[in-house]
Amino acid sequence: MNAASGTKTRGARSAQRAPRGRVRRLSGRDKWVLGFMVGVPTLIQLVLVWIPTLLSMALSFTRWNGLSLSDIKPAGLDNYRFIANDYPPFWPAVQHNVLWLVFLALIATPLGLLLAILLDQNIRGTKIYQSIFFTPVMLSLALIGVIWQLFYNRDNGLLNFLLGTAGTPQATDWFGDSNINIWAALVAATWRHAGYVMILYLAGLKGVDPTLREAASIDGANAVQTFFRVVFPAMRPVNIIIIVITVIESLRAFDIVYVINRGTNGLELISALVIQNLVGEGQVIGVGSALAVILLVISLVPITFYLSRAFGKEKES
Amino acid sequence: MSKHDDALRGGPVDGGWNRRTLLKTFGAGAVALAGAPLLSACTGGAAPSSGGGSTTVSFGSGSSDEVPKNAYKAVTDAFEKKSGIAVTTNVVPHNDFQNKINTYLQGSPDDSFTWFAGYRMQYYADKGLLAPIDDVWEKIGGNYSDALKKASMGSDGKMYLVPNYNYPWGFFYRKSLWAEKGYEVPVTFDELTTLSKKMQSDGLIPIEFADKDGWPAMGTFDYLNMRLNGYQFHMDLTAHKESWDQPKVTSVFDSWRELLPFQNPNALGMTWQDSAKNLGDKKSGMYLLGSFLTQQYTDKAVSDDIDFFPFPEMAMEGQDAIEAPIDGLLLSKKGGENSGARDFLAFLGTPEGQDAYAAVDSANIATAKGADTSAFTPLNKKMADAISNAKSISQFFDRDALPAMANNVMIPALQSFIKDGNVDVKNLEAQAKSLYAAQ
Repeated sequence: MNAASGTKTRGARSAQRAPRGRVRRLSGRDKWVLGFMVGVPTLIQLVLVWIPTLLSMALSFTRWNGLSLSDIKPAGLDNYRFIANDYPPFWPAVQHNVLWLVFLALIATPLGLLLAILLDQNIRGTKIYQSIFFTPVMLSLALIGVIWQLFYNRDNGLLNFLLGTAGTPQATDWFGDSNINIWAALVAATWRHAGYVMILYLAGLKGVDPTLREAASIDGANAVQTFFRVVFPAMRPVNIIIIVITVIESLRAFDIVYVINRGTNGLELISALVIQNLVGEGQVIGVGSALAVILLVISLVPITFYLSRAFGKEKES
Repeated sequence: MSKHDDALRGGPVDGGWNRRTLLKTFGAGAVALAGAPLLSACTGGAAPSSGGGSTTVSFGSGSSDEVPKNAYKAVTDAFEKKSGIAVTTNVVPHNDFQNKINTYLQGSPDDSFTWFAGYRMQYYADKGLLAPIDDVWEKIGGNYSDALKKASMGSDGKMYLVPNYNYPWGFFYRKSLWAEKGYEVPVTFDELTTLSKKMQSDGLIPIEFADKDGWPAMGTFDYLNMRLNGYQFHMDLTAHKESWDQPKVTSVFDSWRELLPFQNPNALGMTWQDSAKNLGDKKSGMYLLGSFLTQQYTDKAVSDDIDFFPFPEMAMEGQDAIEAPIDGLLLSKKGGENSGARDFLAFLGTPEGQDAYAAVDSANIATAKGADTSAFTPLNKKMADAISNAKSISQFFDRDALPAMANNVMIPALQSFIKDGNVDVKNLEAQAKSLYAAQ
């Protein structure tokens, strides 16, 4: 990446000095290779990302039963109006996505950072701890479902057993009570997210120049000061990635609520609604596409932020 | 997972989903648009044989579980032996089969394929994707009751389905518990509430209930609706020929509110398997569910102790209507040109064909008259009688209604009703209007 951008800037500079000079240096073969190398990824990108996205947008303004193309009827903004006014799960879903974001940002991400700092001290068996905390990120959806079922089951679950209420009428219904299940799901999400953040920060911490710490300690900074004033700001690239990941994770949060109850009864999330409306028998293509477009628009905000930061940084260098 | 679960939704439970699914969905609509022929090519398998007088028949089966798969194999073997017409079976995992039915039927479908009665059969029939089989019914019509015939008919009055088996919904209970406490089978709704009160004072959960998965509550809704407003109203409401925003619908929820205190208050966190355990453990008095419930009891002492009674009568039609989803075979439009495929469907409609199936899969109840019932348990016999005595058979809400209505509207609405007893019929109507208009 850096090398590439370096060449680019150098190339740009030489282009300024001698306009059209760079172009002349390319042989026909070079052009062909370059065209190929740019063309193939562009084509893949076009076919897999842009065309479906644009078609999805187009479909969000139609009604369609998914049968023949002649059945597509224009619907204007009806699907969006339906979602905003008549579709009860939508607004709770938006709230839950926001709650998800706040929870991940305030609890899960700092927890991951804390784990990373702890494991970065040369404690014994740090590799084992790292593996343990990272395991949730690698587990399959079905397995996660089973694991949390074992914890949260009302009558046979570990949690109610430890609370001593298992099998009694006072037992907390972790999955069924719509006031509680979102928190149960958030704990499960934290369990995954913290491990992910931990690995990224561990890599970040390893990349911080040790002389910075030495300099800080020579200047008389204590451990907390060293971390917050020196190490943390030095990890700026990682921090940006973590912010973006946290935002994106909270927007595409899906798997955990889906294994609990497919995103109903207090666990509505926009992504789960998209799935429900686009995949399978409950397919309503217009509404599902409109939901997907809404999610896309929301996602574009952090993505744009990230990209502008990333490219902005390249320009600086 | 129950048959209904399978019927209602796609494969997610099996763990086939990951986060990438979300990204894919951005383009799912587009893929459906652009890749329609491509997808159906994946689902189909062998090319269908066409043309009259063919000696091969292709058969697409969504019955991918071990037992039903072998049972259909027994049927095709018996048919091949009898007619000399070779049957090529393409088994597709049932969730895929159901999710891809749109593209399957428009691409190159098999001549005959497994499906079920109800709205979705009629819907595809109306779209001209199925072949009518009135000639087959002329041969086998005598084997079926009027209720089954009615359920096999498209909205144009032509016949489309050959029923294979069905399974009734009703109240299940443990005989020994009831004998011990001296409970009697309720015939009216008042008797049901009185009995429930008695059970409650005996420290039982009167009516076992589970709705974490969303669909089981539809059974209660359907029965209350049919008993209060009649079978035809159920059909018209699910086809959205009747409005949701009317007193008849409100009355269903009013009656349900009387039952709510007797149903398991933890239903929203439970699956039907959890509930089945409670009933088996004698923690609850009775359970309204489909007969697949009995598959949960592997202990013979328990399974022999299970009995069944139909939903009590309320305002209309006594206990004439029964909810008993029917599975059977349809003929695709292309398959309609293959006389061998018609013979195959006709064969399944005979006691001989159904016996071949039931010999392997005994969990369901054969639909043709004259099918061998000697292997039936007393419970099976009782359920079979309940079905054959019924004047009309409903297919369960998710089969009678637009799937999106069942999936996207009813599940959240019923779950929130179970939570606090509130329902917004105006909103139900608004959603129904929009969804049915998109079809």
